Formats: sequence, C-alpha cells, structure tokens
Amino acid sequence: MALDKNAPETRSFKVVGSRPLRPDGIDKVTGRARFGADMSAPGMLIGHILRSPHAHARIRAIDTSKAEALAGVKAVVTRADFAAAPEGMEDVLDNCMAGEKALYDGHAVAAIAATSAAIARQAAKLIEVDYEVLPHVTDVDAAMAPGAPALHDGRSDETVPDGYSANVMSRVEYGHGDIEAGLAKADRVLERSYKTAATHQGYIEPHACLATMGPDGQADLWCCTQGHYMVRNTCAALLGMDQGQLRVTASEIGGGFGGKTTVFIEPVALALARKAGRPVKIVMDRTEVLRATGPTASSSIDVRIGMTKDGRITAADAELRYQGGAYPGSPVGMGSMSAFAPYDLENVRTIGYDVVTNRPKQAAYRAPGAPMAAFAVESAIDELAKGFGLDPLDVRLKNAAREGTRSSYGPTFPAIGLEATLRAAKDHPHWSAPLGPNQGRGVACGFWFNFGGDTCVTLNVTPDGTVTVTEGNPDIGGSRASMSMMAAEELGIPYEKVRTVIADTGALGQNEVTDGSRVTFAVGLATIEAARAAKREMCARVAKIWGIDEEAVIWEDGAAKPAGPNAGDYPPMTLAEIAAIASNTGGPIAGHHEVNAEGAGVSFATHIADTEVDPDTGATRIVRYTVIQDAGKAVHPAYVEGQFQGGAVQGIGWALNEEYIYGADGILQNPGFLDYRIPVASDLPMIDTVILEIPNPGHPYGVRGVGETSIVPPLAAVANSVSAATGVRMTDLPMSPPKVLAAVQGQQEG
Amino acid sequence: MVKVRIWGSLTAATDGRSEVEVDATNLRELLDSLAQAYPGLQPQLKRGVTVAIDGLLYNDDWFTPISDDSEVVLLSRLQGG
Repeated sequence: MALDKNAPETRSFKVVGSRPLRPDGIDKVTGRARFGADMSAPGMLIGHILRSPHAHARIRAIDTSKAEALAGVKAVVTRADFAAAPEGMEDVLDNCMAGEKALYDGHAVAAIAATSAAIARQAAKLIEVDYEVLPHVTDVDAAMAPGAPALHDGRSDETVPDGYSANVMSRVEYGHGDIEAGLAKADRVLERSYKTAATHQGYIEPHACLATMGPDGQADLWCCTQGHYMVRNTCAALLGMDQGQLRVTASEIGGGFGGKTTVFIEPVALALARKAGRPVKIVMDRTEVLRATGPTASSSIDVRIGMTKDGRITAADAELRYQGGAYPGSPVGMGSMSAFAPYDLENVRTIGYDVVTNRPKQAAYRAPGAPMAAFAVESAIDELAKGFGLDPLDVRLKNAAREGTRSSYGPTFPAIGLEATLRAAKDHPHWSAPLGPNQGRGVACGFWFNFGGDTCVTLNVTPDGTVTVTEGNPDIGGSRASMSMMAAEELGIPYEKVRTVIADTGALGQNEVTDGSRVTFAVGLATIEAARAAKREMCARVAKIWGIDEEAVIWEDGAAKPAGPNAGDYPPMTLAEIAAIASNTGGPIAGHHEVNAEGAGVSFATHIADTEVDPDTGATRIVRYTVIQDAGKAVHPAYVEGQFQGGAVQGIGWALNEEYIYGADGILQNPGFLDYRIPVASDLPMIDTVILEIPNPGHPYGVRGVGETSIVPPLAAVANSVSAATGVRMTDLPMSPPKVLAAVQGQQEG
Repeated sequence: MVKVRIWGSLTAATDGRSEVEVDATNLRELLDSLAQAYPGLQPQLKRGVTVAIDGLLYNDDWFTPISDDSEVVLLSRLQGG
C-alpha cells in the first residue's frame, strides 16, 4: 500500500476528537452483554481438561477406559484425536494437548465431555496417566547453564553458537558503532543486572468457548478471543478441517491484553464436539488460566551504559535473557530492538537469548518484551543521571531520538514524538510538585512499534439512512465507537446514525488479530476508505438522478451537491434521501475496503510516578502518576485516556506485586487472585493523562496505535520512584513489601 | 541495487557484512534476492522477518515498492499484544 495515499489531511474534525457515550456501556453494566461463558446450545455437554501435576514428565501411556465407561461421559480425547499439526503449528497443538511429554505444571493431557461438570471432573480422576517424572527447570539463568535439564533436543536454531545449553532456542543481536570505544569516552560506566518476574495479562474474563460440529463436518465456535479469524485458521489446521467449514463468532471480551491472541481450549472443545456429536462448552477457572495460559516472559538483563558528566550517553550495551515457557518464541527479539530505541546513540548493542523452561508457553502481553527491557535501561539511565546530579528529564532530552535519528535497532526514525512527551513532562505541574516524607519521584520513557495487517470492512447504508459498519476485530478498547466516529466523520452524519458490529468469520475476508495496537489505525483506515467508496456510489446515483456527470457531484456535510455553478442548480440530497430511493437507482448502497494496512507509525511515552514507601513494612503506595503519550490523532479521547491508564496500572502491578512463584518442585504456588496480587481501583490514585497529537503520516486522520506503549515505562518509573523514596536502588521486580523492607534494612545495617 | 541492513546475529550468513546489496524493486523481490544470494539467511526468512522501509514497518505486503535510495532494514518478526 503506498503510504503517500494516506498522508494525514489538514482538516477540522466534527466527530473525531469528541467523547460520545460508549456503545457497549449499558450492555456491560446491566449484564446484557454476552461473554464467552454466556453461550449455550441444546444438548450441550460440559468439557473439562485433565492437566499435568508435574513440571516435566514423559507420558508413557494414557488409559481412558474407566472414564469412558462412566455414565454421562460422552467423549474423551487425547493427543491421538488431533491431526498431525502442519509445519509451524506443532508447538501450538502440543501446548493445547501434550504429546510425548508434559512440559509444565498444568499442561493439558486429556479432556472429557460429559452431561455435567461434576461428571466431567469425576471422569478426569478416572483417567490413568503413566508419567515418567523428569528433572525440570523454571529459572531463565538456570535453564541456560550447562547441564540444565533439557526440554527439547535439537530445537536451537542456527543463530545459537556452540557451547550453550539446549534450552537456548535463538540469539539475536542489534546495534551499531563500537561499544568499547564509546565506553572509553565516558566519565562513568554503570554496570547493573536486573530481573523481572513473569506476570499474567490478568484479564477479568477467563477463556470460554462453545463448539458444535455436525456429522457433515460443518462446525461453529463461539469464544472470547482477540482474533476469531486466527482461531478459525488455527483450529481448522489442528483438526484437519477446511477453514470454510468452521465459522467462528467472537463474544464480548473481558480483556485480553495479548493473552487471547492464540488458542488453548478451542481446538479441544471442537475435538470433543466432533467425537461426541453434541455441542461442548469449556470454561476455564482462574487456576487454569494462571497455570496453563500465557503469562509474559520473565527476564534477566545485564546493562552497561557509559555517560559523560554532562549527561551524554557514549555507549549502551545490554544482554537480555528471556524465558518464554516450554516452547520457543519469547519476545526477546522485540525487547532487544526496543531497549534503547528512545535514544540517539552512536554506539549501541543488544544481545538477546530466547530460552525455554518448564513453564506455560508465554503469550503476548501488551508491547511484548519491551517493558522488561525498558525497566533495565531506564533504571540505569536514572542512576547515572542522579549520580552526576543531573535532572533525569534533561538527560533524556539530551539523548532523545528525533526525526532523522538512526534507531538502536536499525531504521531511521521519521517524525516521532518522544521529545514532545519529555518537554510536556517537564512543563507538567506534577514534575515540580512538592513531595512528602518517605516519598520519591521517578520518570521513565517507553517505545513501541505498532502494527497494521490484514483488514476488511463493509459499510452498509440502510433504507432509512442509518449506517452499519461491519468489521472483523473483537472490540477490546473501544473500537466500535472509534469506527462509528470515523465513518460518521467521513460521511458527514451524526455519530448516533452509525452502528458498528463485529462480524463472524463467514461475513468478511481475513482479519488480523486485535493486537499490536493495530485496530484504530488499520480498521479505521479501512472504515474511512469504505465510507469513501459509499460516498462515490451515492454521488454516482445522484448524478444519474440529476442527469449530469459523476465528476460534477461532490459530497459535503452529509449530502451530495453540485460541484460548482457549472454543474447546475440542484438542491443537496442527503444520505437519508439517497438511501430511501436506493432501490430505484440501482439497489442497495454499500462501500467496502480490504487492505493489508502496513506501515504503522511508532509511538513513545514518558511517565512520572510518585510513590510513598512505608519504612516499617516496605509497602509502596502510588501517590500520583502521570502518563504523557503521543496518540497521533485521538479519535475518542476518553478511550485513549483509558488505554493510557490501563497500561500504567498493569505496569504498576508488574513493578510492585505481580509474579509467578514456583516451588522447588516446579509447581506454581500462587494460581489465584488471592495470592497473585493485581492492583485494584482502591490501590491507586486517578492516573493523570496528557494526550499529544503528532500525526502518523501513514493514516488519513493521523492515527497511531495507543494500546501498548503505556505499559512500557511504568516498571522503571515506579522503580526509580521507589529508589528515590528509599535511597536504595531496586533492580529485581516485583518490589513487593518484603523485598523492599529487606533492601531498606540492609542499607541501614550496611 | 538496494542496500539492506542485516541484524547482527544474521551476519554469519552474509560473510560478516552488516549491509548487503541486492536487486529488488519491491518487498517480494527483496526477500527472494536475499534468500538466493545468501542461502544461510533462508531459515530466518522462512521463520519470518519484518522489513523497515524508510522507517516504516512491513511484514507481508509483497508489492510494497522499494527504490534504490530506500533505507531498508531487516528486523526480527514483530508481534503485538
């Protein structure tokens, strides 16, 4: 797609930029909205999954005969009930249903469909799995050590040098310049090691689905997902079906944050439905969600940064080690690319290692890989700046990447907004507000790429002049409102005259998953183009009515008008007037657009955090928090603010409390929200937001993705704040009260 | 000829060079030319890459135009959340 077609227009918006009521609000607060677990079907069975109690074990045999003999059990499936996975999807299948080995605590090994949940659970206890328990490893550095228990044989790719553990799957390296020469020019070289824990996306709604399959092989699936086209394609492949035989409908979704960009229970429900010949519903409980769906990677990172005493970074070097669970694919590549991306550096290098461990396969989590890298880098820069007595914002401004900067990962930046966020932070009253006792202030920057991808939109004009936009991306962050607003803006009609619906997979062509902060950018672009197609059609109809050339009719303020005095003197025809006589002028009116919307613009943010640390308990309270981010163009500012706030809150949880805790036996110790502590509203102040609008040159309205960047800075912003409050540099997340207390006491004793 | 910057760990497949030149006028030709000229890159190209063209990111759109003076950088395949 040629981007010059999409250069942002200089225009004043009428609908875009306003704050209409959210179209799903009433449904969600009254309980009318239908989520994954709300679906049911006549004759429906309940599915239940038997999971491995071992962190690592060879499956010698599975005997399901006693379970199958139990009254009420209609089907039992194991790996033998799935087709051989196509190339590239072997790990997806193995993660949904273990093959030769169970690779983590909670790995699915069999599943039952029964007439009740109680019978299904009882049947699970009757399945006899003959395990050979194997040594396990759950820590990334331990997994890399020579002699570590190996999960797979021969899976390391060609980028891994000799001498590494078999658990190292790949190695990446980015950068330019001469690190050692750059460090030699520094007045101080700081070397630090940092660790972050695996955290879960923590969506409110557990995974849920309902599958049906007829004897003719036609199947339907309802599920909560970030991408039902992905679900269709993946399930069809794993079950040996044609994609066209499987129709998937996305339910309302109670959060995803990247964790619902793959499949877990959906292929299992379909396999059970196929075997039982009846609909099968599976709903995970929270324990299953935490044990067997993707948290993000945990990380271990070493950083070296050289800085002159006036705050110029002379060289920056980092080694990042991410464990992504039992299969290759941790986001270490993106962590390596994003680590130093906010800065204009002459000498920079990142080396990343993708490592497997006996944990659930990691899934994407909001800006995958970037928050951990930013925690390490932004902590080190903060420590250096403070060591020289410099303002940490001034140091970042001195080193900030700008238009024309060769980024740390290679490409030269076009127009970007980092400097604007830093200047806005410096001017914000928060930056100069007084602090109380035991309080500290931290600042950090963050970067994310943003994506586009395959997108289809159809816009139908109904006979009464209202408009329906049909798109194929589940609405997680307000996209139905945003699409309706962009369609209304383009058509020149009120927002209330447009309704956006999410179609099933039979209604539109392929749509990429709702991820990568892509939807407002890519689906918005397609919506605008679909509206323009409908306008062209309506102008053509009016031209016929008036008996003039199509080119002599223009669209303005929601109506077709003569292009000028030479076109003739005709009263404008509104969209509603044209729609009312569509049958007489050629039939229904619609516009559609299909595109692979690549070329999304990158995004930057700066966050300021104030914390107060209780010196007696080590507990940290967020006193004040401000997010400043470039949104390109904020279509619905309230949703943009919500994205900023949501990312900040998830990052605060990652910084202060959230962590997967494994025992020496490799079993997850805290698979529930009582022991896995996410921040709730009462823990937090209102998160303040500042929206900057630096237009994305790749979108007609200048829109950038906003959903992910906001989780990148908080880990470091909070850590820098806690360090300022306590005088102790915190390098190991989460900064839970016992850890902070020990650090404070250690300093006092030292 | 288009100059293509290669990330560090792939330079083993390009005789240690971090920048190579190939004939290409669009993304498809670029990937084909790289695979042909540097067979050691084929495993990574098969696993997937993202290509930055003049600072913007592309994954799959074969016919994205590339001119001789375009800045082209090969990157790890990007994924969102």
